[in-house]
Amino acid sequence: MAQPVQARVRAVLKQNALLRADIEGLADDADLYAAGLTSHATVNLMLALEEAFDIEFPDRLLRRRTFSSVNAIAQSLDEIGLHKVAA
Amino acid sequence: MISPLAAARAVGVEIAARHADDVDARARFPMEAITALKDCRLLGIMVPESDGGAGAGIAEVASICHALGRSCASTAMIYAMHQIQVACIVHHAVKNPWHRTFMKRLAGDQLLLGSATSEAGVGGDLRSSICAIEEKDGRFSLTKQAPVISYGADCDGILVTARRTPQSPASDQVIVVVPREGYTLEQKSGWDALGMRGTCSNGYRLDTTGGMEQVIPVPFADVSAQTMLPVSHLVWSALWLGIATDAVTRARAYVRSEAKRTHGSVSDGSWRLAEAASLLQLMKSNVVAALRQYEVAMGSEDRLTALPFAVAMNNLKTGSSQLAVQVIHQAMLVCGLAGYRNDTAFSLGRHLRDAHSAALMINNDRILAKTAQLLVALREDQGLLE
Ligand SMILES: Cc1cc2nc3c(=O)[nH]c(=O)nc-3n(C[C@H](O)[C@H](O)[C@H](O)COP(=O)(O)OP(=O)(O)OC[C@H]3O[C@@H](n4cnc5c(N)ncnc54)[C@H](O)[C@@H]3O)c2cc1C
Repeated sequence: MAQPVQARVRAVLKQNALLRADIEGLADDADLYAAGLTSHATVNLMLALEEAFDIEFPDRLLRRRTFSSVNAIAQSLDEIGLHKVAA
Repeated sequence: MISPLAAARAVGVEIAARHADDVDARARFPMEAITALKDCRLLGIMVPESDGGAGAGIAEVASICHALGRSCASTAMIYAMHQIQVACIVHHAVKNPWHRTFMKRLAGDQLLLGSATSEAGVGGDLRSSICAIEEKDGRFSLTKQAPVISYGADCDGILVTARRTPQSPASDQVIVVVPREGYTLEQKSGWDALGMRGTCSNGYRLDTTGGMEQVIPVPFADVSAQTMLPVSHLVWSALWLGIATDAVTRARAYVRSEAKRTHGSVSDGSWRLAEAASLLQLMKSNVVAALRQYEVAMGSEDRLTALPFAVAMNNLKTGSSQLAVQVIHQAMLVCGLAGYRNDTAFSLGRHLRDAHSAALMINNDRILAKTAQLLVALREDQGLLE
């Protein structure tokens, strides 16, 4: 059984130290920007997610909302078609 | 009734232009021109009609900045900075009762708004704050060390960025509207600068208190990405275009006067006039295309926070700021000493000095570094008419 997407997203956030707040203390729908995610770090987050999930974010998803919470990221990954990769 | 643009043109030609050299020489606030703009009720034009304004859009405001830029860059910059603040309130807080009342007052009394985003210790990084909102029983207090607040001494209200709470990270910011009666300014530095001397961009310690309802309810990250940055780059570029346009007008007048004197033969350097006009056209096309792009994106949060949009607005700023200086330099080569001297009808020193501020106002290096970062993420290229 693969790990749920949310847990893998959390691992990426943690490994890359992209937040100021501790990710463990944040809910899946907590605002990552309020937790210290900067626009600069968003691009690094995107690159780390592409690496971890072996996917590519299309330009249309490159907007603030896509990376606003663990759930939002999971939803975008789903939209890109992560389920195919994970299968 | 004449249109706002026609009224602004008249203020530019009849009032701002007449005082521009004195404003520059004495580094003083362009009181005559700003008073005339208030008299023409041009300060509240972006406020919705239902609240006493004219419901004008960014394109109309940019046209006014362009018109004023042709006469007095400091006046144009003050008008532009004011409208950036108004846009932030109108786009993000007009549904809030406090802000709505304030907007009505702004349109009615023609209030002039200033900006305190820069902060000692963070330089030109708009998206970081050190100072923080301290809340107690629905009231806030805030102290900011502001290295520059343009026309701080002459405005009727200021929009201030700060961290949301004393515990918030530097990037978790809000922007708060503080009317004149709600703050004190202690001047810390003056403004004896190369150009834009009439903006009187002194440094201050700002102390303010007020009600929490004065805080714009959306995060500053959104206000910045969707309004403050794109609107700044659009209205600034429009006024820089205005400065460059006047420089080319002067170069043309110079070549014409030479042609008259020499009975029709144009001077050897006059081909530069054609080159300057070509650069000016490039600059104008950039501004117009970006205005269109903004209007298409307006109202869609996704479009306004999309990376390609941010890249386009950044490029507009770095490109226009460089082109303005190039165009004026060409015009000066056309006019020769008559352009270099400060006492002729073809003088271009003020234009050149004013235009040099463009690359520093949010430093181009900083913007280019951000753009480069965004470009790493982008993959697709857009078609010709997209
Ligand atoms: C005419 C005028 C009016 C202004 N009015 C106002 C106003 O009313 N209110 C207000 O708040 N501000 C105002 N400003 C300030 C403006 O918005 C910027 O904050 C300011 O120009 C930047 O100051 P700086 O050059 O000292 O700082 P920085 O932007 O920090 O630049 C200093 C140097 O550091 C380099 N640098 C620093 N960090 C980076 C980075 N991350 N990437 C690349 N390079 C970097 C820059 O390239 C530059 O060489 C005004 C500026 C001007 C010119």
